[in-house]
Amino acid sequence: MTAALLDPFSYAFFVKGISVAILAGWLCGLIGVYITLRGMSYIGHGLSHAIFGGFAASSLINVNYYLGAGVWGLASALAINKVTRTRRIGADAAIGVITTSSFALGVALLTRYGNKGPTFDAALFGSIIGVSAADVWALAGVTAFTAAVILLNYRALLFATFAPEVADVSGVRVARTDALLMLVLSLAILASLTVIGVTLVAATLVIPAVVARMLTDRFSRMLWLSSLIGAACGFVGMNLSYHLDVPSGTMIVLTGAAVFTVVLSVTGGRRLARTSRLGASNESATLVAPAR
Amino acid sequence: MTIAEHLVRIEKATFGYDASPVLEDVTLTVGSRDFIGVVGPSGSGKTSLLRLLLGTATPQRGTVSRRPDVAVAYVPQLETVNWNFPITVFECVLMARSGRILPWPTRTERADVSRVLDRLGIGALAGRHIRELSGGQQQRMFIARGLLRRPQLLLMDEPTTGVDFTSRHEMLHLLGELNAEGVAILLTTHDLNGVAAHLPRLVALHRTVIAVGTPRDVINGPVLERTFGAPMQVLEHLGMPVVLDRHGAGDHRTSA
Repeated sequence: MTAALLDPFSYAFFVKGISVAILAGWLCGLIGVYITLRGMSYIGHGLSHAIFGGFAASSLINVNYYLGAGVWGLASALAINKVTRTRRIGADAAIGVITTSSFALGVALLTRYGNKGPTFDAALFGSIIGVSAADVWALAGVTAFTAAVILLNYRALLFATFAPEVADVSGVRVARTDALLMLVLSLAILASLTVIGVTLVAATLVIPAVVARMLTDRFSRMLWLSSLIGAACGFVGMNLSYHLDVPSGTMIVLTGAAVFTVVLSVTGGRRLARTSRLGASNESATLVAPAR
Repeated sequence: MTIAEHLVRIEKATFGYDASPVLEDVTLTVGSRDFIGVVGPSGSGKTSLLRLLLGTATPQRGTVSRRPDVAVAYVPQLETVNWNFPITVFECVLMARSGRILPWPTRTERADVSRVLDRLGIGALAGRHIRELSGGQQQRMFIARGLLRRPQLLLMDEPTTGVDFTSRHEMLHLLGELNAEGVAILLTTHDLNGVAAHLPRLVALHRTVIAVGTPRDVINGPVLERTFGAPMQVLEHLGMPVVLDRHGAGDHRTSA
């Protein structure tokens, strides 16, 4: 039994894959707290699709995947954030228009010209096989960068998430803080796509944060709980993926869903109520001037 | 009043979101010792006026001038707050100190937050989640957050909505103390009898400034009819104007 459990660790590809899954889980769990509390859960889903367009385009014009897809993803994230803040149209509509168009462009480009990177299925659902040493290092770098950004902008990020307009009049540079968050979100999604896949990366942002919210009423505790849950789901999900021969992203997300179900059963529906207005952090909503 | 004496001055400002302006030709000066209540029905432009004062909105015509380096604090309406957000009272107040880079508070910051919470009578509640406070305590928490910035001007949006009679009374007493200590206060309110009548200076607003002055100057039949769009009966009780609550008269709320 023990030998069977340890068996995958004798393969270099699995060690690389599980390292990426744990790091990606930790990273997405951390950023997911801000994303869910801002009511932007859908942005992870949309942004991963937008990055897929960048992935296809960078493959076509022979630009490094991380650079091309990263710039594309960041531009999409900033566009979504800007449209959302002006409240001309809702965040869901902005994400729907910008990211699905980008995804459609990616599919069209890959279908017409082919691709030089991961297979279509691997890009959509994640794959252990597709993980290279460069992917591990890239993700480690993004994780360290994100941790530094959150550590050094902790209060500004918290204030801008809880009450953006009040933060603005209290000396927080909200636009810069939002842009930083969008930058680390884009980088995190980009670096996680190889293992988790375009269609499932959003769940790694949302599920750990929602579970953590059910377990605590403190923001700082929610941050580390969500990161820990994300990393644990990555570890367990990758092992299940190997033993059941199911795509890695699928098993990581199903592990997260199982954790959510267990926590919901143990804590009861009362705790679920805490997540009912996760995105309604609009202390100053009445101060936000609608677009002219 | 010179720019050195006033904190914020709005001059002939017109502001709106579409073709029709929400505020038109508004002139208002907030001095460094003022305690002003802005009254008017829903949609009269009270929140837009706050936006202009805060600087989160810019008038299409006219000007808004602020004294350089004036510190402004804002207390939001309780109804607009996400009470499920995972923060304690201490964390919420500490937000006002957003300048520090690292997350954990210094000993001085802890002492400052404790001092301001104690000052407002909610020091024992620092570790509680914000949802676990009463309406009056929640208002005090946001005032504490504002005070931590040592403001010269405190702007409050409907501070007595959702709080009980005792809390409202205590709130007005507290605001009076803060004003006496040198903090200028401007608040919006629907509550003509419970709040507005007790303030030293009122502004009646309905797209434009209808009247400015003492409660007696503003809370009277002709001004209220122009402001709320319906005839309102005003009596005098113990030297204070009292608006009779007539069912269906305008979009205002009155309380004893």
